[in-house]
Amino acid sequence: MEDKEYQEYVHAHAQKSNEFVTLLWAFCVGGLICCIGQAIGDLYKYLLSDWADDRIAMLTSMTLIFLGAFLTAIGVYDKIGIKAGGGSIVPITGFANSVVSPAMEFNKEGIVLGMMAKMFVIAGPIIVTGTVASVVFGIIYRIIEVAR
Amino acid sequence: MSIFLDYLKAFAVGGLVCAIAQILINRTKMSSARILVLFLLIGIFLEGIGVFGYIQKFAGAGITVPITGFGSVLIKGAKEGAKIGLLEAVTYGFKNMAGGLTAAIFFGFFFALIFKSHSKKA
Repeated sequence: MEDKEYQEYVHAHAQKSNEFVTLLWAFCVGGLICCIGQAIGDLYKYLLSDWADDRIAMLTSMTLIFLGAFLTAIGVYDKIGIKAGGGSIVPITGFANSVVSPAMEFNKEGIVLGMMAKMFVIAGPIIVTGTVASVVFGIIYRIIEVAR
Repeated sequence: MSIFLDYLKAFAVGGLVCAIAQILINRTKMSSARILVLFLLIGIFLEGIGVFGYIQKFAGAGITVPITGFGSVLIKGAKEGAKIGLLEAVTYGFKNMAGGLTAAIFFGFFFALIFKSHSKKA
């Protein structure tokens, strides 16, 4: 193999293995966060056996959001995020991180226009998407319901 | 043993969802806001066509802990509200999202007040 060719080969190979490592991290951290969520849900189901499933689910996601927010506040979540990438972004704890992280960062620019406003730089699109979708689906479901 | 299997399935499916997100991040350099919106829409779509419940039965927290679970809960609310009236149909989605949103906003506010930012820029 020519020297240049070999370099290209090594480079391509290194990139491939790099990508594999990032995927492995995302898979393991994401999977682990989901297992923690499953464990919290199972614990609540055991402790609050008279609660309906949707209330258990809401309390579970609120607990995960608290954990994500707390780990962000003490600076641990962003350290996990460097390695885990998608594994720390996609779980609901990542949503909490996307709220708390800018809130803390922009706190120095004032409480109203800094913290309270910038809190939604990433969460805003999610809230808007979710609200619009639920209104559209709600109207469609209502039409189907009335037509029945 | 069945509990172990539940956790294995949650780990595998949750990990898979996150690995798909990572592939998108690697290949398209999508920002985390776009990733979250995309997976929210996937959750909304899966609940809309009625598939989400089946995945949830199999994977448990593996599909509800990722932001896809948020999308599912929204559409479930819309479905539930539509049985009552138009006003409920358009608002029950948000009502179902209220728990998570309240927690995120309250803890965001609370922790931003008492903790100093760790970012290097500060």
